[in-house]
Amino acid sequence: MPHKTKARIADIEQRLLLDAIYHQYHYDFRAYAQASLKRRLQSALTQFSCKTLSQLQDRVLHEPAVFTGLLQYLTVQVSDMFRDPSYFLALRNEVVPILRTYPSIKVWVAGCSTGEEVYSLAILLHEEGLLDRTLIYATDINPHALRAAEQGVFDLDRVAAFTENHARAGGRSSLSDYYTARYSRVVFDKALREHMVFSDHSLATDSVFAEVHLISCRNVLIYFERDLQNRALGLFHDALVHRGFLGLGSKESLRFSAQAEHFDDFVLEDRIYRKKAGR
Amino acid sequence: MNASAAHASNTLAGGPGGPYQAIVIGGSSGAIDVLNVLLPRLPVGLRAAVIVVLHLPRDRRSLLVDIFRPRCALPVQEAEDQQPIQAGHLYFAPPDYHLLIDSGPRLALSVDAPLHFSRPSIDVLFESAADGYGDKLVGVLLSGANDDGAAGLAAIHAAGGYTIVQDPASASMPTMPEAALARFPRQTPGKTPSNTPGKTPAPHVLTPEAIAARFVQLHAQRLL
Repeated sequence: MPHKTKARIADIEQRLLLDAIYHQYHYDFRAYAQASLKRRLQSALTQFSCKTLSQLQDRVLHEPAVFTGLLQYLTVQVSDMFRDPSYFLALRNEVVPILRTYPSIKVWVAGCSTGEEVYSLAILLHEEGLLDRTLIYATDINPHALRAAEQGVFDLDRVAAFTENHARAGGRSSLSDYYTARYSRVVFDKALREHMVFSDHSLATDSVFAEVHLISCRNVLIYFERDLQNRALGLFHDALVHRGFLGLGSKESLRFSAQAEHFDDFVLEDRIYRKKAGR
Repeated sequence: MNASAAHASNTLAGGPGGPYQAIVIGGSSGAIDVLNVLLPRLPVGLRAAVIVVLHLPRDRRSLLVDIFRPRCALPVQEAEDQQPIQAGHLYFAPPDYHLLIDSGPRLALSVDAPLHFSRPSIDVLFESAADGYGDKLVGVLLSGANDDGAAGLAAIHAAGGYTIVQDPASASMPTMPEAALARFPRQTPGKTPSNTPGKTPAPHVLTPEAIAARFVQLHAQRLL
């Protein structure tokens, strides 16, 4: 079969599989960036011993456990604590002084995956003396990732990198103050978790659930096509208080977005934006 | 004209694939010197976009744009997510992100797990570019110390693209070009690859100078 025909069939199969997932399980990946989704689906084929996405679709529709497994392939992003330390340093130096002026603070980590960023923010806010009056909403579409995030357990061999990032992010304490090592794992302090609410939420299909002062959504939008990026940014705009803050990933920007006009650059090099006055 | 001469001219003309819409280039250690030979010679008016993945330290800002912008005739920038790909522009993958070609064609980034211990990975770029551009693609694999890029170059080849591998003898780290060539029948560096009828040619094995000259030649033939 000519290569072009094969490639076209693979594209059709991918669209049909995503339709099937949406109709059966109400997870909407249809507006995700298709190129990286394709890579993930190809590696899932091996895992589920399928030759084609059509075969995988058959199994996904008839075996819910296969869908649960596939969801891990489609959604889990592994991040590091304090990934891009300069982002956290900018939050600390530029955003925290303004957050300090509010009697109570709400933060939304959208697409929190296994929680690295949620704990990073909680530690930063604790160091700045703000955690006691802060509530962090941590949302994701993957229930397994959310459960892992809620546990606050990470592999010990990742902690050295976390510690270095934390120091570079202007950490005022030792990261080890916040966790207990148990065999090959570390468990983060329960006191941090008292300020976190973990919840299932989809940027593709759900709506705004709270009014917040800061949204951190990093390296999530890069998995979306532009229309879905615009939908998510619209939700962020609606969820933010007057002059609230939005932090994106270091290679994400509002530049190609329809929402650009509703935000001011705040710390542009660290992709921190501020909702414009007015709307 | 005998059969092999017909194949040779066909190869030189890019076969049925050209004109090409994009050149993807991958390399690791030893590749920056080669890029220094290749990229400054790319002429203004190039009809293809040039997209480069070089393995870099993950925790630092990349200096590639700063290094190459003043030396290149083409506009040079670091790839941004969702950026429409423009002909005659040169894009570098940012450190610690995979770079992919999505429909449009647009550039797309991901933070999926590293491949061959690398993010950005050459395979990720090459395979998605082969999907997006099919036979309208030139793939170039340079010096490097691991086998990232070998599968990607094979994917470009399978899609009918024009493939070039740096002559391992000219590479300061030959592992990467050798890994790519190991997927094809043996051939002599510098010679036009022999053809099996019905199959697209194996990769062209060229020195950095010869790769630069090939780009100029393909441009003169209005294929790039």
